[in-house]
Amino acid sequence: MKKVFLPLIWVALLSCIPYVGVAYFGMSYIFGVVIPYLAALLFIGGFSWRIYDWLSRPVPFCITTTCGQEKSLDWIAHQKLESPATKWQAALRVMTEVLFFRSLFRNTKAELHTGPQLAYASSKWLWMGGLAFHWSLLVIGLRHARFFFMEPPLFIRLVERTDRFFELTLPAFYMTDALVLTAITFLVFRRLRDAKLRIISLQTDFFPLFLIGAIALVGMSMRYVEKVDVMAVKAQMMNLLSFSFAAPVEIGPFFYVHLFLASVLAVYFPFSKLMHAGAIFLSPTRNLANNSREKRHVNPWNKPIKFRTYAEYEDEYREKMKKAGLPVEKD
Amino acid sequence: MSKYAPKKNQLTREFLEKPSPLKGDYADREWWEMPVEFRDGNWCHSAKPEVLKEIGFANPRKWAAPDEDWQLPEGWEKTIHDGLKERLKKFRSLKLYLDACVRCGACADKCHFFLGTGDPKNMPVIRAELLRSVYRNDFPMVEKILKGFSGSRKLTKEVIKEWHMYFYQCTECRRCSVFCPLGIDTAEITMVARELLNLIGVNNNWILAPVANCNRTGNHLGIEPHTFVQNIESLVDDIEDLTGVKVNPTFNRKGAEVLFITPSGDVFGDPGVYTMMGYMLLFEHIGLDYTISTYASEGGNFGLFTTNDMMKKLNAKMYHEAERLKVKWMLGGECGHMWRVVHQYMNTMNGPADFLEEPVSPVTGTKFTNARATKMVHIAEFTADLIHNGKLKLDPRRNDHLRTTFHDSCNVARGMGMFEEPRYILNSVCNSFNEMPEDTIRERTFCCGSGSGINAEEFMEMRMRGGFPRANAVRSVRKSHRVNSLVTICAIDRATLPSLMRYWNPGVTVYGLHELVGNALVMQGEKKRTEDLRENPMAGTEEGDDAE
Repeated sequence: MKKVFLPLIWVALLSCIPYVGVAYFGMSYIFGVVIPYLAALLFIGGFSWRIYDWLSRPVPFCITTTCGQEKSLDWIAHQKLESPATKWQAALRVMTEVLFFRSLFRNTKAELHTGPQLAYASSKWLWMGGLAFHWSLLVIGLRHARFFFMEPPLFIRLVERTDRFFELTLPAFYMTDALVLTAITFLVFRRLRDAKLRIISLQTDFFPLFLIGAIALVGMSMRYVEKVDVMAVKAQMMNLLSFSFAAPVEIGPFFYVHLFLASVLAVYFPFSKLMHAGAIFLSPTRNLANNSREKRHVNPWNKPIKFRTYAEYEDEYREKMKKAGLPVEKD
Repeated sequence: MSKYAPKKNQLTREFLEKPSPLKGDYADREWWEMPVEFRDGNWCHSAKPEVLKEIGFANPRKWAAPDEDWQLPEGWEKTIHDGLKERLKKFRSLKLYLDACVRCGACADKCHFFLGTGDPKNMPVIRAELLRSVYRNDFPMVEKILKGFSGSRKLTKEVIKEWHMYFYQCTECRRCSVFCPLGIDTAEITMVARELLNLIGVNNNWILAPVANCNRTGNHLGIEPHTFVQNIESLVDDIEDLTGVKVNPTFNRKGAEVLFITPSGDVFGDPGVYTMMGYMLLFEHIGLDYTISTYASEGGNFGLFTTNDMMKKLNAKMYHEAERLKVKWMLGGECGHMWRVVHQYMNTMNGPADFLEEPVSPVTGTKFTNARATKMVHIAEFTADLIHNGKLKLDPRRNDHLRTTFHDSCNVARGMGMFEEPRYILNSVCNSFNEMPEDTIRERTFCCGSGSGINAEEFMEMRMRGGFPRANAVRSVRKSHRVNSLVTICAIDRATLPSLMRYWNPGVTVYGLHELVGNALVMQGEKKRTEDLRENPMAGTEEGDDAE
């Protein structure tokens, strides 16, 4: 399974680079200041460029995928989310996709039994795994805000407090830490276990899972095992955020591994499938209203075309048409 | 049965015995290492040189898919590359869908061709990957550097063969796009891939011959005006024999209120003609002021399965004719891909239709506001409104000899969103409607397996495989509710489902919705009805059941 092991080796190698660099060569400035800045620049620049690039291409046709009853006769119930008739309904439809993975919730698993008989079983595992993964990442991202603000906003503090609702360990264990690791394990194993997924999967599907897994593991080890000085980390992050190029104070090498891998993720993001995070908002089958008969959708590159006109048709068939008693324009 | 399909028990055995990823077998081979093999039953005839010359398409020559050398034109790689580049500029959908797939696999087992073949390249994600792998190789820089990492590959003649095979094992039905969390629509990819293949003369006669016909004569079947009229007149005679009522369709008549356009299969093909008889009875019943055009005598549009320009060119006739005839609005018959074009493309490509008026039913006064701009109403919307307002005299018992189920055609379901109207009509004209299992109807409906221009005789094996999920769902209601009638609102369904039913579910007959309407309509001045439009005896008529 080359396509599984290669990305794993990649991630292992990438983790070693900052460790060796900081622990043996004292390159904390490079890994603590230069690379994070570069990564942030590439991430913001790359992400914006990709979105701009997509937006600059036209949507010539209204190609909504309708998953429910269109708006038609008054007495027929219109399914506003499945077949939105206005742009607001379409926007709501997109939001349900973004926040709740609505389409994935439909997922079924087809089975071929003797007969032959096809059966379709509801299959919500991918939906649950995906939702757990993405929501955990969001919460984890949000609670990292405490490293960037002197006094994090109330909302962030609430998220953080909820996340460590079960105060089982010291320091308090975050639920999302467990969730994200479970979800990643599930997402990796389903790619290996299911024959269909094994055929579909590419290295580029495993790599980000391993990378995010590594970032999470290193991050957790700093919290629960090989503890680092949180105040020093906070000072360093606030330094970066205030565009200061000051050299970092002494922090354990794990921090640099964490920061470096996060930087790799940030750079990898705009140039990979991870851009689905932006694409989901732009998908024409979901974000267009199904009102193409009610309101004309305009195609910017639509140009007149030569087609066979009625006059040409009549010229060819006039005699036959007259014989058949059909009215003609010219005698 | 066709010599191009294996015997049913042979195929059944293969389903059970042959390993496939559908059943959890992994070949330990990457998909791009699996060879492409053309054999009887899995390829369509290529377009005849004279057809290509007539429509001005590239590379006319004699060739067939199993040939070693496809005689691709000089510089074909550049043609494909430039063609792809151009289309990436024109379609956000294409670029977005090539970029954004995360290969989560939600679509994998949603495709009827995957369910019927177990071929991994029929998983929608890999179908798109066939093009994506080439796109990656040439476009985004970083992934070019990391070759092998993201599955990119070079464009070769083998790749072209693979495209030809698998982009014609996709019926553009969009079922996968319902399940995709990003809304990726494989039909968008297939449509572009087919355009690209047409640029180098890799094509399908079953699509391009109708395109050429439609361009010249106005309809796919190539029926000239006098024959078109004759055929409808023979249906008029049949109606009179059966019902004692004379219906009076008019042709190319200026000043009619409504221009009625339906697929030419309804005028010429069995069982489409019975649906046509149903329309004419309905129009007579309500006294509709309508006309039929011999010039715009095709509702369907095989241009949709060819290129955007061709779709536009063929579709242009509808508005052109409506304007010439000075009608107020247009009414469209039962058809799947026709409605994809009318609903999602027509007004954009060939509108605005300012010379028409907002459609209003002359019988009920209902304004079809949802068709305000395009000015074309679906016959099921029109009829449902008539029934709802009590304008039709119907006797559903006249369909008691049928036990029905309803097949949502892909395009009307997922490219228009019309689910309730046909069901409302069906429930009003018959007493025996039973739904197929819920994972196989409405937005999850399965394609007939022969849509998008692959209903060729020589493609029979693939059609029987692709139609298997649909047939399987029909079989389940046949068992549970003794269903013997499969009702559709699509001309391609009416043309292809009969052979699918003969193969998988003998004893199930395929009907058009308005054929059943025609059976149930109690016409003024009619004679005692004992036979349905197919001259089959109606239930209870032998005891002299008084219909009215």
